[in-house]
Amino acid sequence: MKEEIIIAGFGGQGVLSMGKILAYSGLMQGQEVSWIPSYGPEQRGGTANVTVILSDDRISSPVLNSYDTAIILNQQSLDKFEKTVKPGGALIYDGYGIVTPPTRTDINIYRIDAMDKSVEKNMAKAFNMIVLGGFLKIRPIVKLENVIAGLKKSLPERHHKLIPMNEEAIKLGMDIIEKQN
Amino acid sequence: MNEEIKLMKGNEAIAHAAIRCGCDGYFGYPITPQSEIMETLMEEQPWKTTGMVVLQAESEVAAVNMVYGGAGCGKRVMTSSSSPGMSLKMEGVSYIAGAELPCLLVNVMRGGPGLGTIQPSQADYFQAVKGGGHGDYKVITLAPASVQEMADFTKLGFELAFKYRNPAMILADGLIGQMMEKVILPPFTPRFTAEEISKISPWATYGKPASREPNVITSLELESKDMEARNLKFQAKYREIEEKEVLYEEMNCDDAEYILVAFGSSARVCQKAVETAREQGIKAGLIRPKTLWPFPTRLIESYANSAKVKGFMSVEMNAGQMVEDVQLAVNGKKKVAFFGRLGGIVPTPDEVVDAIKEKLF
Repeated sequence: MKEEIIIAGFGGQGVLSMGKILAYSGLMQGQEVSWIPSYGPEQRGGTANVTVILSDDRISSPVLNSYDTAIILNQQSLDKFEKTVKPGGALIYDGYGIVTPPTRTDINIYRIDAMDKSVEKNMAKAFNMIVLGGFLKIRPIVKLENVIAGLKKSLPERHHKLIPMNEEAIKLGMDIIEKQN
Repeated sequence: MNEEIKLMKGNEAIAHAAIRCGCDGYFGYPITPQSEIMETLMEEQPWKTTGMVVLQAESEVAAVNMVYGGAGCGKRVMTSSSSPGMSLKMEGVSYIAGAELPCLLVNVMRGGPGLGTIQPSQADYFQAVKGGGHGDYKVITLAPASVQEMADFTKLGFELAFKYRNPAMILADGLIGQMMEKVILPPFTPRFTAEEISKISPWATYGKPASREPNVITSLELESKDMEARNLKFQAKYREIEEKEVLYEEMNCDDAEYILVAFGSSARVCQKAVETAREQGIKAGLIRPKTLWPFPTRLIESYANSAKVKGFMSVEMNAGQMVEDVQLAVNGKKKVAFFGRLGGIVPTPDEVVDAIKEKLF
């Protein structure tokens, strides 16, 4: 198993932390992992992305031309990364603020309205976990129990009381993701 | 699952490894993309556990001179910075090398020249391996290509520095510094005791007992004849290091017709490029120097002498620096090409494969 993932959106949406939780989940599952942020002067409102690789074997390049899955949270990132998904790969996007939806026919396109749902359910802070849940539904590469273990590992102890809410958000994301093509 | 496997950034791995290696003091000044080294040390508060000093100096120049002072006392000391900050430290590095003191320097490179960019680069290769500061000196230069090696080379860097009374440098870049991977940290080694320092570093200025003459730490020698003798002693030490301490990794070189030479992040990209090239039927291999000085000259020379090998290509995140050392090793026997990206851009594996076809076929 090898899954090469790009997660991209606005700074402040939890792009980097979603990647981190995914990486920790891989770690808990005994996989090789790499996590590279687009570090720089990015901040809230700017664009942010992170490349995460989970693999059973040693990871060669952590920098990639193309991805098995792109998780896209804004229009700019959709414009930039739709073309980088490998044929047969998956593109997951949040519909909020998207005016030009993806058009490729050689990849599997999924929509998840996590932004709207998180507001509706009063779980805005767990927005990224809803998206992560959607991803795990279509690419079950790590077990939910390992995601929870990964959350425990990546969150400071004082935030562990939030884990049940995050788990609920992941399950919600699994329910609301929809295939588009 | 093994509890000892951790997930962390390369910069964080250096900080944790330094504490575990019995480091006595870290002196630094913040700069992206390596600030997590000092941030992690401050968070860990090792002064409460091992007694290690962590100090944010008023400038890079102050930090390197604190290292000079600590090293003179026989302590395991280190500093870290990124390219522009490293330039500021170079006077001190020359003094430390001239006074034959052990210390660990870390450069997490970013794009230059000048203030440049904060994105990853490898454009300080010349600065690291060809001098950097003034005078005929060498710094043992280690090039990590993974978070694991950031930790391992912290330990190795201190060992080599003390073995040869010479500064050692970890030459990383923003990508390795910012990337999170799995890492197993080195086991805890206690800091040197005063008694150990007097045995391991009898030359150090740790306090003069009545039984001996004062130890003097200096790089100054106004008598030219004596200064030449001192230089010749340095050169003999450098030849010994070149003889004994070369480290490298070879991948798919056995049957390779085209050999890539790359270090650090570029070498990671090249690993994937080799995989892709082989899928396309191109017999590519990779030599990854782990030590940039001493450079694996003889290894590259042996491949240059092989009938199978058609050419070499040095892949770097700069305008072509290590390629000169590859050319010296190949010595005109085979074609030596270069591919690089500049200013903070990391090449993609496909770009490297295209460059093999364009430049070596």
